[in-house]
Amino acid sequence: MKVSRSIEEINQKIKNGSAVVFTAEEVIGLVEEKGVNEAAKEVDVVTTGTFGPMCSSGVFLNVGHPRPRIKLSEAYLNDVPAYAGIAAVDLYLGATALPETDPANREYPGDFIYGGGHVIEDLVAGKEVRFEANAYGTDCYPLKKIDTSFKLSEINEAILYNPRNAYQNYNVAVNLGSKTIYTYMGILKSNLGNANYSSAGQLSPLFNDPLLKTIGMGTRIFLGGGIGYVAWHGTQHNPSAAREDNDTPSAPGATLALTGDLKQMNARWLRGLSFLGYGVTMQVGVGIPIPIINEEIMKYCSVRDEDLFAPVVDYSRGYPYKEGEPLETVSYAELKSGSISVQGQKVPTASLSSYAGAREIATELKGWIKSGKFTLAVPSVGLPSIEAGIKLNSLPQRNPESEEDRL
Amino acid sequence: MIKQKIVLRYPPHVVEQPTIYHLIKDFDLMVNILRADINPKKEGRLMMELSGEEVNYQQALEWLREQGLHVIGLEQQIIWREDKCTHCGACTVICPTEALEFKRPDMTVSFKEDKCIVCELCLRACPARAMETLVDNANMGK
Repeated sequence: MKVSRSIEEINQKIKNGSAVVFTAEEVIGLVEEKGVNEAAKEVDVVTTGTFGPMCSSGVFLNVGHPRPRIKLSEAYLNDVPAYAGIAAVDLYLGATALPETDPANREYPGDFIYGGGHVIEDLVAGKEVRFEANAYGTDCYPLKKIDTSFKLSEINEAILYNPRNAYQNYNVAVNLGSKTIYTYMGILKSNLGNANYSSAGQLSPLFNDPLLKTIGMGTRIFLGGGIGYVAWHGTQHNPSAAREDNDTPSAPGATLALTGDLKQMNARWLRGLSFLGYGVTMQVGVGIPIPIINEEIMKYCSVRDEDLFAPVVDYSRGYPYKEGEPLETVSYAELKSGSISVQGQKVPTASLSSYAGAREIATELKGWIKSGKFTLAVPSVGLPSIEAGIKLNSLPQRNPESEEDRL
Repeated sequence: MIKQKIVLRYPPHVVEQPTIYHLIKDFDLMVNILRADINPKKEGRLMMELSGEEVNYQQALEWLREQGLHVIGLEQQIIWREDKCTHCGACTVICPTEALEFKRPDMTVSFKEDKCIVCELCLRACPARAMETLVDNANMGK
């Protein structure tokens, strides 16, 4: 390899305004025209983006102490419960939390109008949120009840911490059954009525660094319209997923845990979502810059939708009951064309992840870098990749009452 | 000749009148019913396409209003809140008439009101709830 560029060198160029930055979509054409080697000489950074529903998201809050002080044991923001099992006025509000009064699927399919993701969106939008809480009272924390309201700017901290974001590839969901089903992959019409996917494909961060050679703990990123960081690998991280010749996985693979200060984020890129018959979640905007440290990384970043493949999975039986194998493997180019072929049938496709949003994020991040206000961070620790040999576990289902099961 | 899609809203007391019969027989209009929600003694809704001579069409609308029916243009029924739309595309496989369409290679959603038949499936299919209806806010029967 002839190109060998350090992140420090790239940052120097960012600071003096000479860094060459392309989005992961734009760079495809450059590599096709000039080849990997020439492109690697020219380009310093490739920006990626994704804007999809990411359920494993939420925010740590420190709401500050009232007078007298309180040790929260139950807390609600606009009726949505937050986890209070940490220090006195610390909370964690999850994106999928629902008000206790929500009928959920008792009125099937439930509407799930408002939940954790919507509260987070409202907070970021600067709206006042009603805060109700109970406590059992202690000598040091005597207050037992509070009913008040606050805005994001009025509390001490709000730290977005998303345990699993930016999935490297995902299933394409279909329904082989005879009635419509309501899933986290959207409404799936019976008898292969539609196929829903959820990845930005060629723009998606982890498709452009498939073996995590540049992205690590501490990588500075675009998160929810502000600046965030890669905190760790995400939950259900599966770098051992089967891979194509271009090193991208052909099934859900690596994941990232992301964090950042909610106070500098933008409600445009953190959106509460209502999935009919499923629940609430949050659409999270993520953009990761990839430093072109050598030709190998340049080649990874030139990956196209036609080189990326996803498994088609039946959500009427296959997924919920862990039965059978994927029905087909299809490329993102096919998915984005508007229809795919499943079991010989033409099935219309739709995305849950916004490609237009992903493109806008990658473009915005490119602008930040070119303006000199966003430099790259050197990761402090790499994330586990193939060599870690990670295997995903299933939950043990043993009978605690049975001696035999426990041995 | 004129061709218009409209929504008729029936207050409960006129639901059982043979309105469509009169539209055809007295005003010589062609009626194509797109969707109907009519129940005895309850407020009803009928979405349809009317075509015929302009004069007849205008007289028919006047007659409908005289009967106590509310006539609303179909295109005003469903509103696409573009500011709330995240352009994911989930609605486009649910919409039965391609009124909600995914434009390629832009990869953006567009809404063509003239193709909408007010089936309202999009209202709940949109995760960002960017599709809205005015129906519940309208001053029916007032």
